[in-house]
Amino acid sequence: MTSDIGAILAIANRDFVKLLRDPMRIVTSFVFPIFFVGLLGGSLQANLGDSVGYNFLTFTFTGIIAQTLFQSSAQGLISLVDDRESDFSQEMFVSPVSRYSIIFGKILGETLVALVQGLAIVLFGLVIGVPITLPILVALIPASLAACLLGGAFGVLILANLGSRRAAEQVFTFIFFPQFFLAGVFSPIQVLPWYLEIPSRLSPLRYAVDLMRNVFYAGSPEYPKVVLASPAFNLAIMAALFTGFMVVGTFLFVRGERNR
Amino acid sequence: MIEVRDLVKRYRKAEVNAVDSISFAVSPGEFFVLLGPNGAGKTTTISILTTTLSPSSGAVRIAGHDIVQDSSAVRRNVGIIFQKPSLDQNLTAEENVRFHALLYGLYPWRPSYRLMPRDYRERVNELAEVLGIQKEMFKPIKTFSGGMKRKLEIVRSLIHRPRVLFLDEPTTGLDPEARRGLWEYLGEMRKRSGTTTFLTTHYLEEAEDADTVCVLNKGRIVSYGTPAAVKSDLVEDYLVFDAEDRAALALELQQLAISSVPFEGGQTKVPLHPGRTAHQILRSIHTPLTVIQTHTPTLEDAYLEILGREAGATE
Repeated sequence: MTSDIGAILAIANRDFVKLLRDPMRIVTSFVFPIFFVGLLGGSLQANLGDSVGYNFLTFTFTGIIAQTLFQSSAQGLISLVDDRESDFSQEMFVSPVSRYSIIFGKILGETLVALVQGLAIVLFGLVIGVPITLPILVALIPASLAACLLGGAFGVLILANLGSRRAAEQVFTFIFFPQFFLAGVFSPIQVLPWYLEIPSRLSPLRYAVDLMRNVFYAGSPEYPKVVLASPAFNLAIMAALFTGFMVVGTFLFVRGERNR
Repeated sequence: MIEVRDLVKRYRKAEVNAVDSISFAVSPGEFFVLLGPNGAGKTTTISILTTTLSPSSGAVRIAGHDIVQDSSAVRRNVGIIFQKPSLDQNLTAEENVRFHALLYGLYPWRPSYRLMPRDYRERVNELAEVLGIQKEMFKPIKTFSGGMKRKLEIVRSLIHRPRVLFLDEPTTGLDPEARRGLWEYLGEMRKRSGTTTFLTTHYLEEAEDADTVCVLNKGRIVSYGTPAAVKSDLVEDYLVFDAEDRAALALELQQLAISSVPFEGGQTKVPLHPGRTAHQILRSIHTPLTVIQTHTPTLEDAYLEILGREAGATE
């Protein structure tokens, strides 16, 4: 087991090093979320902010940061498919390291990559005047980590049976787009008709977003209007989902590799 | 060191077996070559032996460990050079080696080369010296030639001191000069480390140095033995016999003055000559037989035979 820790760190480190060697990737990964927060949050705040009774910019910002971390980490796991296409995965899968450790190493690596992106969004938030105090900043760290890990495990589950990068990207678009709305990334979901309430509760992203809002709105008068559930509840659901996704995803992925 | 018994692999949705009930054994320190044309089942066999593919049936033990029950122990004891290079192009040579060393738990993880244990750094320097790439060790793999990448992979796969080294068509895609260089290097490595080596190839000349050659065609073993025996084998017709009472069969053949040689799995092979047909031999045997097979060279065999002749002619 001690040797597996070294292997997990080596696998995670590899993905992180690859990000650092590709500055274009860092730059492009900032653009999308920054557009979202700036354009969407700004325009919604200007037009609807007063009528909903809370700051829409912060609301959108918290949604986007959770969504970006979750999605970036999940999509980062496509590198697992890349590794297979470039034949590098063979090197990992013939080693004596546990298959769960290999997958966890990949999730951890993509988590680190996503966190760099998260950091940029937080800096941008500070610039445009999102109220981020020191206690929020501290609480942001575990909440971000949880969002990334859950996203990564979710990614493994989705990718387990997909053969190519192309297929993976198509499926990801299809799976993430509805979650933007179901998880309440930039639209309030306090009240939903039953046929949306069910899929919303099934959306893993919902819990990552809500945990993030817990961090930002804790102790504020808007808290009950914005937050859906307690941080403990969100964390418990996320931990359970992470474990389930990770175990089932790894099993399916390994089975797909070996049983041809 | 390697024991394979009745190994079968049929891919999902395939109509025929990619590997069709093959059996063989490799002793410690042996240089074993699995020879065959493309699509013979060589890569399938090596993938199963190295635990990256599940067998359909049959039993395989490597260094005493079952490949299905005890795959982790098997992985610890083998090194593999894949048909397609499996180096990370974005990492440096040293980073690729370090990644491997960490996967096999040889050293604790440290964030950079400088912080790695002294023992590791010395090892890397040693390897770089052997390959003559002291300068390039810290450059991305992208800048390396095909032959150099292959050598680096061999060095990398030996770093955890495997008991068996598997090489799947290691010279494919290399120019003749790089091929020769790699070949010489491999021979030297083998002599120095004494590692049991299992190599697949479709070049007959690469089987010349082997202790044992096993020729595979359409998933079946068509010839098995020393390179010399295999070469003569490819052009002859023969019968394969097996009996419940092998001793009686051997004795009877001896009495009838029918020359026979041992075949894979304890069976008996009887070469056919123009003067003696399969029918005549069968009529003269009284020992109850459990296996009767006739072997006639097929087109594929002839192709191999020609390849063999060309290799012989250039020497």
